[in-house]
Amino acid sequence: MSWRITWATAKRVLTQLSHDHRTVALLILVPSLLMVLLRFVFDDDAIFDSVGLPLLGVFPLIIMFLITSVAMLRERTSGTLERLLTTPMHKLDLLLGYGIAFALAAALQAAVATGTAYLLLGLDTQGAWGWVVGVAVGNAVLGMALGLFVSAFARSEFQAVQFMPAIVLPQFLTCGLLIARDQMAGWLEAISNVLPMSYAVDALKEIGAQAEVTGTLVRDLAIVFGATVVALGLGALTLRRRSG
Amino acid sequence: MKGAVEVSDLVVKRGGKEVLHGLTASVSRGSVTGLLGPSGGGKTTLMRCLVGVQVVTSGAVYVLGEIAGSPGLRHRVGYVTQSPSVYADLTVLENTRYFAAVLGAGSASAEQAIADVGLKEQATQLVATLSGGQRARASLACALLGDPELLILDEPTVGLDPVLREELWAMFASLAAAGTTLVVSSHVMDEAGRCDRILLLREGHVVADDTPDALRRAAGTEDLDQMFLTLIQQRAEVA
Repeated sequence: MSWRITWATAKRVLTQLSHDHRTVALLILVPSLLMVLLRFVFDDDAIFDSVGLPLLGVFPLIIMFLITSVAMLRERTSGTLERLLTTPMHKLDLLLGYGIAFALAAALQAAVATGTAYLLLGLDTQGAWGWVVGVAVGNAVLGMALGLFVSAFARSEFQAVQFMPAIVLPQFLTCGLLIARDQMAGWLEAISNVLPMSYAVDALKEIGAQAEVTGTLVRDLAIVFGATVVALGLGALTLRRRSG
Repeated sequence: MKGAVEVSDLVVKRGGKEVLHGLTASVSRGSVTGLLGPSGGGKTTLMRCLVGVQVVTSGAVYVLGEIAGSPGLRHRVGYVTQSPSVYADLTVLENTRYFAAVLGAGSASAEQAIADVGLKEQATQLVATLSGGQRARASLACALLGDPELLILDEPTVGLDPVLREELWAMFASLAAAGTTLVVSSHVMDEAGRCDRILLLREGHVVADDTPDALRRAAGTEDLDQMFLTLIQQRAEVA
């Protein structure tokens, strides 16, 4: 792989985003507005602390999943992916290029949403807000990796968009946000144990409850990172230089 | 020296159907070879084989002395697909700069390529706002970057006005004179006259492989459309 190509790709993806002002506005504002909405729906500081905090990590995952699956589907259908694969570009250059670009976008998004939650809405956590942003960025990259992988199975944008409810919502329902994971039926808990979002949410809960960096937090982050690497690896397998 | 392209007994299936049936052909270096014939004849499939993006059932494809699609060829072969493969949400210049970076060509070459295809005035325009012919040229500009030794161009002149078409063919000729090998597909028979050699494909078979003049003599007509018809009929009678 080559850093020159990886960096050029990250820059290209960010340039594409920057031409689309409406997408940039939605990307930055929507999670913050949802946090505001959530705060007033519960109208209770304690509940907001326990539900709002994990959602700061869930939103970037969902949004980056959607954006990446559509962006990658476009690369496939417009012929640009095939063209890139006839150049010296390595698959890893493309994956990391997308990863860097969307991680930067996610960092901005997470910083604004986290800032809104802490400063405007009075979110209170034991751990530092920087960790929350860090986990949110990690989740965004996980969402990107998952989106990239499933885009290979979509023939149209209609299909690509529907992979979100199919892949992300089950994780959302079982991640421990609606009901604690250890209170679910055993088989559901077992399923939630192998889904990466469960650990992303666990990590944020840990930051909410503990001032120190705990072993649980480190383990959760390692699992999210590992799941991202696996999803990227699977995504790489779907980038074929030769097709029928 | 061996040819720029050597194809032997190439068989390709797409969607369970055989589209190339044991095709053999070669292309010499520094020439413009026209890949002609009706739509569905296998032109695009053959070109995909040359750039190494097509799964091949059997046969051999050598490009610039290496197996088609091998890593060593990836900065030596330029490819333009039939539908323009550039980013619609980037400007022409952003597209060429990106592909120049990927190919390791300087950013000066990005501007040169735009000038070569006559898109200087549209350089800072988003590709999405260009006409079909302009998009095709933006796509072509990206293939010219890094001075590839072999250019595979799938219908590069579709939708262009006669003046632009003339300019592009003049550019192809000057590239060939400078040593670049070009394989250009077209279904417009008029363009055959601009090639050094013609490979006529129909239903996955080579109907003819010769210079335009020799083909005109063989068919006994100056008109290239008529020539194509005659050659197919002659072939049908032999078979």
